[in-house]
Amino acid sequence: MNLNIFANTGKLSRFILRLDRIRAPLWIIGLMFFTLIVPPAFENLYETQQERDAITETMANPAITAMLGTGDFDNYTTGAMTAHNMLVMTAVIVGLMAILLVTRHTRADEEDGRIEMIRSLPSGRLSYLNATLVVTSGTFIVLALLISIGLYGLGIESMELGGSFLYGAVLGGTGLVFAGVTAVFAQLTESSRVTIGWSVAILIFFYLFRAITDISNEALSWLSPLGWVIKAEVYSSNNWTPIFLMLVVSLVLFILANYLNSVRDLEQGFIASKPGRRYATRLLQSPIGLAFRLQRTGFISWAIGLYVLGASYGSIFGDLESFFEGNETYQQMLQQAEGASIVEQFIPTLMIVISLLATVPPVMAMNKLRSEEKKGRLEHLLGRAVSRTKLIGSYVILAVVNGFVMIALSALGLWSAAASVMEEGLELGMIFSAAFVFFPAMLVMISIAAFLNGFLPRLTHMVWFYFLYSFFVLYLGNLMQFPDWVGQLSPFGHVPQVPIEEATFMPLFLLSIIAVGLILISFVGFRKRDI
Amino acid sequence: MGVLEVINLSKKFGKFTALDGVNFEVGSGEVFGFIGPNGAGKSTTIRVILGILKATEGEVKIFGKDAWNDAVEIHKRLAYVPGDVNLWPNLTGGEVIDLFVKLRGGNNKSRREELINIFDLDPTKKCRTYSKGNRQKVALIAAFSSDADLYILDEPTSGLDPLMEQVFQECVMEVKNQGKSVLLSSHILSEVEKLCDRVGIIRKGQIIETGSLDELRHLTRTHILVKTKKPISSLNELQGIHEVEETNKGLTFQVDTEELDNAIRYISQFGIIKLESAPPTLEDLFMRHYESNDKAEGKVTGGVR
Repeated sequence: MNLNIFANTGKLSRFILRLDRIRAPLWIIGLMFFTLIVPPAFENLYETQQERDAITETMANPAITAMLGTGDFDNYTTGAMTAHNMLVMTAVIVGLMAILLVTRHTRADEEDGRIEMIRSLPSGRLSYLNATLVVTSGTFIVLALLISIGLYGLGIESMELGGSFLYGAVLGGTGLVFAGVTAVFAQLTESSRVTIGWSVAILIFFYLFRAITDISNEALSWLSPLGWVIKAEVYSSNNWTPIFLMLVVSLVLFILANYLNSVRDLEQGFIASKPGRRYATRLLQSPIGLAFRLQRTGFISWAIGLYVLGASYGSIFGDLESFFEGNETYQQMLQQAEGASIVEQFIPTLMIVISLLATVPPVMAMNKLRSEEKKGRLEHLLGRAVSRTKLIGSYVILAVVNGFVMIALSALGLWSAAASVMEEGLELGMIFSAAFVFFPAMLVMISIAAFLNGFLPRLTHMVWFYFLYSFFVLYLGNLMQFPDWVGQLSPFGHVPQVPIEEATFMPLFLLSIIAVGLILISFVGFRKRDI
Repeated sequence: MGVLEVINLSKKFGKFTALDGVNFEVGSGEVFGFIGPNGAGKSTTIRVILGILKATEGEVKIFGKDAWNDAVEIHKRLAYVPGDVNLWPNLTGGEVIDLFVKLRGGNNKSRREELINIFDLDPTKKCRTYSKGNRQKVALIAAFSSDADLYILDEPTSGLDPLMEQVFQECVMEVKNQGKSVLLSSHILSEVEKLCDRVGIIRKGQIIETGSLDELRHLTRTHILVKTKKPISSLNELQGIHEVEETNKGLTFQVDTEELDNAIRYISQFGIIKLESAPPTLEDLFMRHYESNDKAEGKVTGGVR
């Protein structure tokens, strides 16, 4: 084989390392923080084995299994509890990290013409791709090692050395697999956004696939890389087979990406672009029409994704129902709330996850304004007869409608799937009110994004930190027993848990007022600032 | 009253002063050339004119209205072509042109088709596949198929081939003949010389020269090549003579335009065999202005130290 096509991979690796010198460490620090604060908290909150066994009673049901995977409830040590509660979600985040890091140095660099420059230098045809893979792999190895050492270093009895290394290895391995998936899609598609879109779709697909198979037929979960995360049974039987599978799959994907890269032309994908329209449709000929057109594909994909997510969660209700029918202790334990059946009490827990995920696309829709600005395309509009109010207004309207559609579709998905698997089904009105109580909180997130766009355009990404905070405190809220104010710092912490609680008017009204206020202020800021 | 008036305009980005008291005016039916080196502040000025950046001090008036507050009203009568045309990769050229024309208001279908033809653009291709020149064509077609009163063109030909440059120049002449005004920022001095009635030169955020080309040429030197029967003596002692050089073709030198008469009288005493003169080009003026200013500045800072 001609080694010239790999020429200078080493130098390019160092170069990419330099480009990522802040981004990659931030991811690693964030993930370590997220992972390492949990076990000591569990250790404090659930001091004895009895207490931990008590909590397994509420966790050993299909709804939790769908979200977190199966757990070792016979031996629910602090270690097993951590792995059960944290590992799948952390693996999903690591997958996302892999997708974003790899896209940045493959399709995104190529799209912007930077790889053309690199290729004009004495570097091989496959050098940049492999330099990216080398650096990404290195990043995940470091991540795996640091998390392993960190967990072991916590000095918790049930978290022994082998399990801790397996925990880290599962996360690193997941990163490698999705680095491979992304590297392949970067060859197949023609733009970085489509690369990210497809890779994230695969990530979500694998998550939902294992959610369903973990309940219905655990053996089938071996078909999903995110199923392997659970099959490793970290801190219980410590099964290393999944790690082996992850390494093999990522190696195969790396080789496939190299092959695809070597047989295609620079700046081309495998799906040739067809000629498009000669004239713009009526829809396109306005600022809001343009803004929608630019986000159309993403909007449709997210809409499908959230419907599927809702439906996946909805499909567990049949199992839930039969599970509770034969379990009297459970019936007694959960019978406290009035006006809601036992299975309906799980709806708020599921809705928190659904509504948080449904908040991602509208916030992205709002931040699209900033990315258009950065690419210098707002000039085309503002240089013509388009007012700034109209411009930001278009994006706000689109984001709000987007959020509305996302919540509605996920609720519809949940309802329709539940209806098909349950004997009586759930009431549509109840599902919709349980879903739409989250809408004002979502509006607050959109309005914060709008506010940043109006006043602090460089900091528009900060809204994602607030989003992650919300996700973190609500996801772990019950388990970690945070004080109330921690949850209330997030708009989602003020949402009543319909149908267990009444949909109280005041908090929803106040959230809406805050959202409207921030949006109006953002208009003022956007009109005053330089573009 | 000018169509576009820039009055004492300053723009600061934090501590950095990008524009420092810029003044100029573009009259009705006039093509104004706006020239200066990279980073001098041309694009910043244009972005303030468009109401995209807010002036730190001073004001910009277009059609008598304020460029920042009345941006939308103004833009209904204005067409703009940016220097670096970034388009949406997944829209076609045709879609972008329609969108742009529609956003300004007004619609001229036949003009659109005509321009697509003469600029030789395939409007069904996605913008992702366009070269720099083709993206510029999209912006130019959108601008010239709209019926504006003021055209603001920021280095519009930097990616076009000579043939298309020609087409572009015809478009500019056409709108000029219709009595429209044009602000043309450019690096291609021959283009500015050909098209512009007046030019303004900007440097480090300040306008250092404005006027018609004739007026500016006054400030510069004529190149002379001369052969005489007797050798010319002590030419250097005359006022306004520069860079005297003996070549095998004869004696070459440059002379300040106001000293031209004196110089010719003087050398004619030596019996002229051959005399060639070349008018000063904008290029000379441009180069000379910067060179001399740089030297002068170097001295000043040197002195301070």
